[in-house]
Amino acid sequence: MLWGIGAVIYKEFIHIVRDPITLFLMLLIPGIQLTIFGFAIDLEVKHIPTAVYNLDGRPESRQLVDAFVNSAYFKIVATPLSNDALVSSIVRGEAKIGLKIPPDYTDRLLLGQDVTVQLLIDGSDSTVAMQGLNVANAIALRQSLSIVSRSLNREQPPIELRPRVLFNPDMKTVNFMVPGLVGLVMQLVTMLLTAFAIVREKETGTLEQLMVTPVSRFGLMLGKLIPYACIGAIETTFVLSLMRFLFGVHIAGSLWLLAGFSLIFLFTTLGLGLLVSTIAENQVQAMQVAFVIILPSVLLSGFVFPQENMPKVIYWASQLIPLTYFIRILRGIIMRGAGFYDLWPQAAILAVIGLTVLVTSALRFRKTLS
Amino acid sequence: MPPAIVARGLTRRFGHFTAVNDVSLQIEEGDIYGFLGPNGSGKTTLIRMLCGLLRPSSGSATVMGLDTVKESEQIKRAIGYMSQQFSLYRDLTVLENLKFYARIYGLRRSRARRRIEDVIGIVGIGDYRGHLARELSGGWRQRLALACSLVHEPRLMFLDEPTAGIDPVARRELWNLLFDLAGQGVTFFVTTHYMDEAERCSHIGYIYFSNLIVSGTPNELKQLPEVTPREAVRLEIRAPRLASAMRALNSFDYVLDATIFADSLHVLAQTNTEERLQRDLAREGFGEVQVIRIPPSLEDVFVTLTRKRDTDRAGTTAPAEAL
Ligand SMILES: Nc1ncnc2c1ncn2[C@@H]1O[C@H](COP(=O)(O)OP(=O)(O)O)[C@@H](O)[C@H]1O
Ligand SMILES: [Mg+2]
Repeated sequence: MLWGIGAVIYKEFIHIVRDPITLFLMLLIPGIQLTIFGFAIDLEVKHIPTAVYNLDGRPESRQLVDAFVNSAYFKIVATPLSNDALVSSIVRGEAKIGLKIPPDYTDRLLLGQDVTVQLLIDGSDSTVAMQGLNVANAIALRQSLSIVSRSLNREQPPIELRPRVLFNPDMKTVNFMVPGLVGLVMQLVTMLLTAFAIVREKETGTLEQLMVTPVSRFGLMLGKLIPYACIGAIETTFVLSLMRFLFGVHIAGSLWLLAGFSLIFLFTTLGLGLLVSTIAENQVQAMQVAFVIILPSVLLSGFVFPQENMPKVIYWASQLIPLTYFIRILRGIIMRGAGFYDLWPQAAILAVIGLTVLVTSALRFRKTLS
Repeated sequence: MPPAIVARGLTRRFGHFTAVNDVSLQIEEGDIYGFLGPNGSGKTTLIRMLCGLLRPSSGSATVMGLDTVKESEQIKRAIGYMSQQFSLYRDLTVLENLKFYARIYGLRRSRARRRIEDVIGIVGIGDYRGHLARELSGGWRQRLALACSLVHEPRLMFLDEPTAGIDPVARRELWNLLFDLAGQGVTFFVTTHYMDEAERCSHIGYIYFSNLIVSGTPNELKQLPEVTPREAVRLEIRAPRLASAMRALNSFDYVLDATIFADSLHVLAQTNTEERLQRDLAREGFGEVQVIRIPPSLEDVFVTLTRKRDTDRAGTTAPAEAL
């Protein structure tokens, strides 16, 4: 049943060490990806360039401007002296937010009248626009409240919310992104390596040569998968270390649990690699097929976009993606310190999907050979 | 002992295209069977079916007495196969490739070591042990491939165009190797499209457009009545200006066929026309030419049979000139 597995593993390891460039890239690429994503993808928007056109200029109006600056969400980059200059600073891209305070701001406040402050927002960058709008609204509301409370002779607004964020207390994007990235990188590397290792043998005709030897289908398949499972395990350790020591993301839960669940995911992605190799005839095709699998994993797994907001159909599709469950597991163990009893349903679904993928591709693998 | 290979009505279709059509043949132990045919005629497809790599669409075959469909696993242990393109691992050394195949065939450690040394000796690749396969030249690659397919001591070898694209010296050396092995009782099934290689085989089959046209020893093929009709003789003529001489010959009504062969002309003419031929050529200004009777070469055999086949395929009755 497993005839020839030892020979195939022996040969596969020689391939791996004879190709140090691939070996190096396998460690380098995740490193680069992790660094780029980890440092550059910051979903929080701070220091939005802001232009302030203050027609009033008295202390009350400056207090409002200060409230904006102190929030750290806005940074004053220009103080235009006309309406046109204000608009043009946004058109030019110099500022993304424009704040215009009317000349009678202080007067109207003192008289207890309503006052309108104009906020211009550059909507071409929707994340910045949303965030800017929300924060500006909050600031205006706070300012209004404190003025109203003062007139009611109260020191504080009546309700005060004291939020306490349980996990990831600084709400750093890095802590949220990097565990997801670990899963993505694992999938990418193990899937591509396995697929290429098999497709290459198709291309060079060595697979046909193997087919006239007594090597069993199962021995050949496992012989191919086991070396890449080892590489995948090393890769995972490496990426997790980067996460821990380069980004300072602590692993709150059990390392053993993480290792065990990672193994389930690893066999799923190896199965995906096998599946790719049964579809593709050459390495270029393998790349294309792999891309078709990777793209939804990136977009739908909850890696970047929250799955809660997805349309129903897409949501259901996202529930078929192995990475979806592994990202939940990663975030659970790493950030919330979740244990086996918290996560076993995710792991179980992942195992079912993984088994389905492996069996399907194993059956297809048999067929392509005969 | 059963014949090494028996095929009965072996046919393989790819969609509507028939790559091998109704091939029946028998090959005895110890034969060197040369399988000839132009590119795309179905040689590789036939080998794949005999090795159990491809299922026949219809017909059946046995190899070493084993059925190619039902008992393909046993066949794999008993045969060696060298595929058309070089299909060893280029990033493994000569020794590593050999070790890999020894392990795949499940040779015990001590036997593996002995066999690896044996085949290294047989193909004489000892000096290149530590070289990566990709560093070897064409001839040495073929020797390595042969060594790998010999490591488990198969009694029957399938070689698919083993000499394609290697230099003449390497070609000759490879053939000498095959004769050595055949002397030790190994049966060979070799495809080629070199005529000189065909002449060296003990038996020959010729496949043309998916059909096996003839099969037999070189001598049997040369004596086929279709090749040299009863009222015709094959002549070799040495004359100046070969091209115009050929044109002149083809215009004589008693000449059935004339073709240039290296520095002479091969002519198929009606019997007892040698003197007339010399006279007519002299009259045409070619001077005193030499005419000798020759047996047909294998190339003559294949050219004649191919033409006959083409005219049959076209549905016309073969005119005398086509012979
Ligand atoms: N797997 C296949 N699918 C479709 N057509 C094939 C396949 N294998 C071979 N053929 C076709 O069968 C014919 C015979 O091929 P082959 O046996 O390789 O010829 P040869 O080895 O004599 O050059 C060719 O026309 C080839 O295109
Ligand atoms: Mg061929």
